[in-house]
Amino acid sequence: MNQTLPRWIDVGLLPLWNLLVALLVTGLVVLAIGQSPQQAFALLLQGALGSARGIGYTLYYATTFIFTGLAVAVAYQAGLFNIGGEGQATFGGLGVTLLALGLGSVLPAPLLLPLLVLAAAIFGMVWALVPAYLQAWRGSHIVITTIMFNFLASSLNVYLLVNWLRPGGNMSVESAVFADSARMPSLHSLAAICGWELPSSPANLSLLLALLICAFVYWFLWKSGAGYALRVVGSAPRAAHFAGINPRLQVLVAMGLSGALAGLAAINEVSGVQGKLTLDFVAGAGFTGIAVSLMGRSHPVGIILASLLFGMLYQGGVEVSFEMPGFSREMVVTAQGLIVLFAGAMASVSKPAFVWLYARTRTQEASGG
Amino acid sequence: MDEIALGSIIASTLRVSTPLLLCAMAGLVSERSGVVDLGLEGKMLFAAFAAAAAASVSQSTGLGLIAAISVACLLSVLHGFACVTHRGDQVVSGVAINMVAAGLTVVLGIAWFKQGGQTPPIDATVRLTGLIPAWSEPAQAIADLGPWVGQWVAAIVGHGLLSHNLLVYLAFALVLLVWFFLEFTRPGLRLRAVGENPAMVEAAGVSVARLRYGALLVNGLLCGLAGSYLTLAQNASFSPNMSAGRGFIALAALIFGKWKPLPTLLACLLFGFLDALAIRLQGAVIPGVGEVPVQLIQALPYLLTVVLLAGFIGQAQAPKALGQPYLKER
Amino acid sequence: MTTDFAVRLCNISKRFGAVQANDGVTLEVVPGAVHGLVGENGAGKSTLMAILYGYYQADSGHIEVAGRPVQIADSEQAIALGLGLVHQHFMLVDTLSCLDNVMLGAEPGFFLPTASRKTRQRLGLLMQETGLQVRLDVLVSELPVGELQRLEILKALYRGARILILDEPTAVLTPQETLQLFETLRRLKALGTTIILITHKLKEVMSLCDAVTVMRAGRVVKTCAIADTSPEDLAEAMVGRKVNLGRQQSNLALGEIRLSAQGLKLVNANAVTTLADVSLQLRAGEIVGLAGVSGNGQSELLEVLSGMLAPTQGRLQLGGSQFDANAWLDPASARDLKLAHVPEDRQACGMVMGFPAWETAALGYHEQTQLRTGRFGLSMNQPLMREQTAAMQQRFDVRPRDVELGSSKFSGGNQQKLILAREIAQSPTVLLVGQPTRGVDIGAIEFIHQQLRALRDAGCAVLLVSSELDEILTLADRVIVMNGGRITGELAIDECDETRLGLLMAAQADLPEQAQSAEAMPA
Repeated sequence: MNQTLPRWIDVGLLPLWNLLVALLVTGLVVLAIGQSPQQAFALLLQGALGSARGIGYTLYYATTFIFTGLAVAVAYQAGLFNIGGEGQATFGGLGVTLLALGLGSVLPAPLLLPLLVLAAAIFGMVWALVPAYLQAWRGSHIVITTIMFNFLASSLNVYLLVNWLRPGGNMSVESAVFADSARMPSLHSLAAICGWELPSSPANLSLLLALLICAFVYWFLWKSGAGYALRVVGSAPRAAHFAGINPRLQVLVAMGLSGALAGLAAINEVSGVQGKLTLDFVAGAGFTGIAVSLMGRSHPVGIILASLLFGMLYQGGVEVSFEMPGFSREMVVTAQGLIVLFAGAMASVSKPAFVWLYARTRTQEASGG
Repeated sequence: MDEIALGSIIASTLRVSTPLLLCAMAGLVSERSGVVDLGLEGKMLFAAFAAAAAASVSQSTGLGLIAAISVACLLSVLHGFACVTHRGDQVVSGVAINMVAAGLTVVLGIAWFKQGGQTPPIDATVRLTGLIPAWSEPAQAIADLGPWVGQWVAAIVGHGLLSHNLLVYLAFALVLLVWFFLEFTRPGLRLRAVGENPAMVEAAGVSVARLRYGALLVNGLLCGLAGSYLTLAQNASFSPNMSAGRGFIALAALIFGKWKPLPTLLACLLFGFLDALAIRLQGAVIPGVGEVPVQLIQALPYLLTVVLLAGFIGQAQAPKALGQPYLKER
Repeated sequence: MTTDFAVRLCNISKRFGAVQANDGVTLEVVPGAVHGLVGENGAGKSTLMAILYGYYQADSGHIEVAGRPVQIADSEQAIALGLGLVHQHFMLVDTLSCLDNVMLGAEPGFFLPTASRKTRQRLGLLMQETGLQVRLDVLVSELPVGELQRLEILKALYRGARILILDEPTAVLTPQETLQLFETLRRLKALGTTIILITHKLKEVMSLCDAVTVMRAGRVVKTCAIADTSPEDLAEAMVGRKVNLGRQQSNLALGEIRLSAQGLKLVNANAVTTLADVSLQLRAGEIVGLAGVSGNGQSELLEVLSGMLAPTQGRLQLGGSQFDANAWLDPASARDLKLAHVPEDRQACGMVMGFPAWETAALGYHEQTQLRTGRFGLSMNQPLMREQTAAMQQRFDVRPRDVELGSSKFSGGNQQKLILAREIAQSPTVLLVGQPTRGVDIGAIEFIHQQLRALRDAGCAVLLVSSELDEILTLADRVIVMNGGRITGELAIDECDETRLGLLMAAQADLPEQAQSAEAMPA
């Protein structure tokens, strides 16, 4: 059956509708636990956008999601589902920590920060390359191996923090605090240098890095030769073989880049905000990246928009949890899962309805005009 | 190693394998029919929560089981709606179910029980206990059976094999049931066929969608039992994320077992055995290196999964139509 | 309507989006007759039969079986009405035995052992009655094509089919196997079965059918008794105009050897030897036709020669370079040596369905320096890619002339023209082309044949693999025949005729030519 929808419906309206449905169902859940969805929604908006500080927090969350969303998107373009963003970001954070603690007192910020970015990317890449190799050469299901690697990264993180990185005598399980030169400058401090006044928030230079990386990913996927080969493998594996493209190599390239992107999330969290390594600093951002990539249709522009949306959800969610009892971070995780369900798995469910509606409006125009 | 240790290891093996086995069978039925099921983890988790919630409120084991099975079946049907009826991406759907389960179990847990996501502990009378409760203590088994069969057999058989609850034995019986069902019954034949060539099944006048939904309902039943085991037998309450990746380990066992019931059983037993061994490593000292870190022991099941998957080259063994949405039109 | 027709489709119309697949089609089949349904790809015959078998519902019109109007909502109901469909692509499960495949859907009982026993008894009787012999306990994956087709017919008869529909049954058979199939069909006809034969092979229609219906562009253009028509008549009805698919003599003297292969042997993952000691040479300025029924090693040979697959043994000389089995050619270096390849499976291998035309047009050549730009040659030169695609579309009359259009939106013929344009634009010295006109409408077929001849006249060495013997006879200067992974014969075009080639394709040089008795059926 030939169902054609104009692009603006297919890429814009339909995902928006799926999002709406997901949020409606979330509202039903809120109702089910005896709270008011309208109140929750109002508090959410207020918390996310109602103050300059809130916006700052929203942007900080969005930054992490841009990185993890891009990670999922790049792998997806090569036909792979990278669910290992959690572990890759964790391992990236380990890389940042080791370098920051090692060189923090030695190098000034303009030299150290790019090195930290590189460390985060490389460590994230390495953590993704092992499952990639196993998939390409041994046929091991990459979804399962990346999830296992999430657990492994978490265990490794705990082990290193408890036994090696925790300064002696500390009760809390975290590393030593980084030197100032290893901290990504916050946006409000940068603004102060330029003479503007911004309220303090965790949003930092990583945001600009994220936007730059978006442009890079756009160029890589749609303008570069390497991206062309990668997309062929994802779209038509047999055609890739025909064209002399090595599919195994492309799996490595795609997952390597994907892992590096996920690793960069650690720059935002560990260097930008925390200034030290903590347990579970990724806090589910790898999975949010999946939702972001699905909503953003694996395109950098869509990912930026979706990241902002999820930034709003998370920041607003924190506000709501202060005001409303029973509301916790897991409500946002539920909303996230519902979005993946409606915008991902059930994306085409409403499509026939839209086709019918569109056809009807067209015939009405034709007969009325 | 003495007989008590051996008996304990065997007992541990069976205990740890049981939820893996139930999940793996659930996955097997679904995947043999052609539907990828990554949501095993989420379904088991949600079922565990439902069992714990229902059992602690109603003080009834039966209601706990029914609640668990109902919830898991509901999620399976949802998966079917997205993937079979609407041909959505099966991997994405599974991931979505896992996310929703992870979030919703805690949301409902906090809202209903106000204990930070935990459910209230379930009374021992409501939980599933061993058929011969006395023998969960190896010493008692040896005392009872020793005079008849000797200390070693008493420990291995009495404590190792016979001290478990109903669900453990049911799980192993279900493996045989699934095997028999697939090889010797009419619906089993049809299920095997629909995972290889759904167009052929449709051409023969049998509904592909009905077969797959049927497989998903069985899948829900088994996931429900797996989840019930976690909160009605293994532990006494639900805690957030208690499934801890077992759904994926079950999937790895299924792949390693080439989608056949009996080899999958062996794979699950292998996991159980190695897990049981690993617990004994706790506190052990490797000469020259020092004490084995507790995090390494915790990470062993995940490491083993990766090693198993790495050693196994065989996507070619999967049911041919696995993961491909069936489009009825030409 | 004095006698009831076995099947009567009245005024059937069916639309899929913008395409009117069937437009007021009426088909009336006399009981006990063999009725041919002919037409080109896209004429609507498969859709019509799909409606009859319950896969689709017609938008308008009605169906009568044995004189009574019926509603056929799904295949189950079609089977209940006595309709049986033998699909073009076998509907079998490889991992199950023949017995299980026949039984599925009509198992006489819940427990398989008893059900199998009953089925075996019934099948034994049926096999005796019809003369169709099939090994019931062997797995489908281990059987040859001819036996699988017998299995498919047996399956339909087991379900009680009185009206048997066969969709392009001879596409995968040698001429000898085709004769055997026709014997089977005549025998079934004698037992009272009605047969509808969908085909585009006019000689078969003339030989077997009692009546024929010709469809074109969704409509019926002709219905008549076989006695009242001829192949030329039918061809003209199919196409709507007089068509010349005849030979054009090549006047070129043979040039140098461009590609030479010796002793190619290929053992696949299932330990089956798919190529056994194949050697051949391609010279400049000739079209070498590789004939043979699909599945006898031609596909593997194409993959080996193009570098997509490395053989187990063998040597190759191409463009001055030597290759042996340990260090074989790969597709990228093949292209560097000016070897171009138009693959058999155009949609899966030759193009990226999800890409726009201007990106598909660079497939395989995307590493060329001229298509790169930027300081390190990392970016694609997209304006140049678009320009080149537009030129290709112009030169090869690809419609619509839209470089931005998604590759999947072009029709089969236009897709093939685009792929051919891409490969020919590289001015290759060797061109490997597989099934160039499969699923392509007749106007495009003529164009493609012209292009291949022009390429040959310009000095290229062309290896043409085709399961359509007519196409080989039209284009080739020299014909090589393959069977069972071996080359069974090589003939100059003047020495070729269908019978001789057919025998080589079956590798049985001493079989009598015409119809054999039904008993002499090889396994």
